[in-house]
Amino acid sequence: MAENVLEVRNLVKRFDGHTVLNGLSFQVKEGEVLVIIGPSGCGKSTLLRCINGLEALDGGEILLRGERISGQKKKLHLVRQRIGMVFQNYELFPHMDVMANLLLGPTKALGRPKEEVIVEAERLLARVGLSDKAHALPRQLSGGQKQRAAIIRALLMHPEILLLDEITAALDPEMVHEVLNVVLGLARDGMTMAIVTHEMRFAEAVADRVIFMEHGGIVEEGAPEAFFAHPRTERARAFLTSFTFTREAKT
Amino acid sequence: MQDWGITVLFRGRNLLRLLGGLGVTLELSLISIALSILLGMLVGAAMTLRHPLPRFLCRLYLETIRIMPQLVLLFLCYFGLAKAFGLQISGEMASVIVFTFWGAGEMGDLVRGALTSIPVHQSESAAALGLTRAQAFRYVLAPQILRRLTPQAINLATRMVKTTSLVMLIGVIEVLKVGQQIIDASRYDMPQAAIWIYGVVFFLYFIICWPLSMLARRLERRWA
Repeated sequence: MAENVLEVRNLVKRFDGHTVLNGLSFQVKEGEVLVIIGPSGCGKSTLLRCINGLEALDGGEILLRGERISGQKKKLHLVRQRIGMVFQNYELFPHMDVMANLLLGPTKALGRPKEEVIVEAERLLARVGLSDKAHALPRQLSGGQKQRAAIIRALLMHPEILLLDEITAALDPEMVHEVLNVVLGLARDGMTMAIVTHEMRFAEAVADRVIFMEHGGIVEEGAPEAFFAHPRTERARAFLTSFTFTREAKT
Repeated sequence: MQDWGITVLFRGRNLLRLLGGLGVTLELSLISIALSILLGMLVGAAMTLRHPLPRFLCRLYLETIRIMPQLVLLFLCYFGLAKAFGLQISGEMASVIVFTFWGAGEMGDLVRGALTSIPVHQSESAAALGLTRAQAFRYVLAPQILRRLTPQAINLATRMVKTTSLVMLIGVIEVLKVGQQIIDASRYDMPQAAIWIYGVVFFLYFIICWPLSMLARRLERRWA
């Protein structure tokens, strides 16, 4: 049985007395792709932000390879070096070209030699089809290109787990595909990931396990084949139906 | 050549005196600008604090300098302090105090604007990469803040250079005052000198301020 990379136990998060995450627990195993879905405001993004310490917890704990990472402040940057995160709005650094964006974390946070990182960065740029953009500024790229660059920026840190927070939500439809293809490639390579998404077809294709959340709790959890074909709960069924359209016969 | 007022400029040491006056203008400006930048950083940082008291005090300070004409501040500092407390300070000293008081407030507001213009996501993105707070500031936030701030700070500097012309009214002999003295001295034999000498003063301000203004515009465009 594969080792747990990430374990979340009874996670509670409140904003101004309002409970956003209501004591939820789950694990992500080595090489597993966990997809988290649910209606807007159900706490999915907050969950990811709690995992890499962008939000403080109000209860519960988070373990990375069995080691408690929540509730400490001093070594937070060391924890974050082991957890990659990609945001909805890319958040590339606008004053640096793509290559400088890619090099910053590995050279400054990890202290790796620049030449070595450049070689790796060029390989990854080629892999996501951005070889000719190494010296472009973020504002010269399309949304899809920016997001691909943001993904490999996170990868270059060699994270033990990658968190993807609605990475296609800000993209035009024709760019969603190119970004999700990159993620499917990572899944094939055995990258451990926790993915929050609204793209149901993608979720079905990439997931090893699906968590359906509502009101800050886990409503249903299971294999993607079973979940998407036969959701067990009424709420999950209603949620999935909201993504389909049926044309009623004219009368 | 008798009618050309410009010849006054080359009488005696007039040209050198005018350049000396320009030196005083630049000296006052540079000292005031340097102090304004240093103090403005502190004011700007205080303006972004969460506690309402420093924010309120900074707001009050900023509104005060915005409402008060610089000339009133100069008179208040130079004559007012002397009358009220018997505090005799030189015109130069009073000028530096007033321009720093004014400049630090304006600079503070620019710093505040630059600090708050950087989206919180940028520091989150830097943090998520595993950078320490110091590294995030040095490599991600500070460069963006400086790019936002530098063109505006240069524009403030040109405004300060121009506004120093007011200090002649508290007896500081800067470039405009020297010009006036030259015109007064040749009033009877060369009454048409005024337009020429003021023209030269205009030109001197122009060669200081115009390159600064162009630089600010170029930086603004490059970093937009």
